[in-house]
Amino acid sequence: MQRRSRALSTSSLCALGTLLASLFSLAAPALSAEPLTIKEVAPGVFVHQGKYELFTPRNSGDTSNAGFVVGSDAVAVIDTGGSAKLGAALLAAIRAETNLPIKYVINTHMHPDHVFGNAAFTGENPAFVGHAKLPRALAARNDRYLAINKELLGDSFAGTQIIAPTELVSDRLEIDLGDRKLLIEAYPTAHTDNDLTVLDEQTGTLFLGDLLFARHVPALDGSIRGWINVLHRLTERQDVKLAVPGHGPASMPWPQALADQQRYLDAVAQDVRRMIKEGKTLAEAARTAGLSEKDAWLLFEEYHARNVSAAFAELEWE
Amino acid sequence: MLASKSKSCSFGALVAALVIGSFGSVQAADDIWKDLHRDVFDNRQIIENDGMIELEAPVRAEDPAVVPLTMRIPAGAGDVKTLTLVIDKNPAPIAATFHFGEAAGSGERTLTTRVRVDMYTNIRAVIETADGKLHMATKFVKASGGCSAAASKDADEALANLGKMQIRVFDGEAATAQTPPVKEAQVMIRHPNFTGMQMDPVARTYTPAKFVQDMEIKRGDDLVIRMEGGISISENPNFRFTFVPAADDVIEVIAKDTDGGVFKATSAGKSS
Repeated sequence: MQRRSRALSTSSLCALGTLLASLFSLAAPALSAEPLTIKEVAPGVFVHQGKYELFTPRNSGDTSNAGFVVGSDAVAVIDTGGSAKLGAALLAAIRAETNLPIKYVINTHMHPDHVFGNAAFTGENPAFVGHAKLPRALAARNDRYLAINKELLGDSFAGTQIIAPTELVSDRLEIDLGDRKLLIEAYPTAHTDNDLTVLDEQTGTLFLGDLLFARHVPALDGSIRGWINVLHRLTERQDVKLAVPGHGPASMPWPQALADQQRYLDAVAQDVRRMIKEGKTLAEAARTAGLSEKDAWLLFEEYHARNVSAAFAELEWE
Repeated sequence: MLASKSKSCSFGALVAALVIGSFGSVQAADDIWKDLHRDVFDNRQIIENDGMIELEAPVRAEDPAVVPLTMRIPAGAGDVKTLTLVIDKNPAPIAATFHFGEAAGSGERTLTTRVRVDMYTNIRAVIETADGKLHMATKFVKASGGCSAAASKDADEALANLGKMQIRVFDGEAATAQTPPVKEAQVMIRHPNFTGMQMDPVARTYTPAKFVQDMEIKRGDDLVIRMEGGISISENPNFRFTFVPAADDVIEVIAKDTDGGVFKATSAGKSS
């Protein structure tokens, strides 16, 4: 079935193929997926914008941004979406643009919505690139991530597996796509303990992964102090012209893109520090800290109190 | 009663497999409690919701690995021998047993800690009063995965700080003005409290359970609380409690973990 729908070229037949594929998705992942919608945010730099949603069977884990950069020899993919199915759709989108080999699949951090699509790319034999601490982080969470997200994604989970990085970055790594260089940089603990950014030097486009959330409320799974510090450092950068957030619009102006998230993290840290000083408890903080930010973000109810809880457990040791 | 180290390790692995295998299935909650009532409390009569113990817990936990619980014992309860914290559906259901000493007083007492919750479950606080009677408060908490959740957001930092402690004595005017007066203090211990259900990312096996199993909190020479703890107490164990103030409110803590680690701290020389 895969071969047949690949060979067919008219869009209606492709759609039929996708329909058939999805009907049989319990048996095999839909490798011949409908291409993801993408936007060319700078010449040769493409981004798919994920939905502002939690994982559901209906969205197939399409809740975060993924992108790719095309050089004259090769393609680099930056994050792969939240399921093998979504990864396959990203691959289809890439193949609609170029037939150049995909030499790199870069994961900006460990979270399922950014790495679960890796499985769709193994056939391309790319180097999977990640932070030096990514293998440990994924291994520690492997079973739990798979079990929880299988539950959340339902049938659209089919074929998903965790593919660990084969090439590690502990500081910086420059890769060459042919007349086009990408600078990959590793960060100290911030959003997670394994965050990377990817800079397309030619256009000044910086893929920030989840170091940057826009509209979608930030999710803290690392260190609030570390994250605030990293944002301060990033604001200073002169070599960036365009930001691609991990969640949010496909691209945003630099450095204004960082402002809302900085305000959010500062507000949370400030409220939590005050409450700790006043002798308030974690439960009290989870109910009231940072509520001034409520109307500024989507999915606030889903993540905010947990962020406060994590911030409290960190800052109470100051 | 608490799972021994080796037992909780293999048991943990088994339960982890069961949890994943039976994800979403509903076990009869009543049956679990029936067994626990027999095994832990010898089927003795338990008086429920008579106000002798109150339990505060979130309906839906923000983070299943850090679920804050507050237990409140009113002055009317008189002397209390023990408080047993039970999480029905956790792999080791007895989260902790707290023994109260004379410095805990017999006025209103509160105790706050943080626990792991592995699946939707009833959580129970059971006290034994001086007359030998058992009283219980129960809360249902929606949370899952707390026992197998990866140990730490920053694994390197956690390792570097293991055993560090902080004690804070609060100068809450309202509490001190109460009759009889009480004060509040908080004890924090940097410890992973490994459950035995967490994956060791390098060895690809389960990290053996290693947790704070015994902790004694004293005000000077007088016991406030002694705790026997298990794997359901969250990473970086955290206890906030009331005690009866004395001329000298120095709080001293000795905690011991299952690997023989001994951690000591005192509030002497610190003010908050």
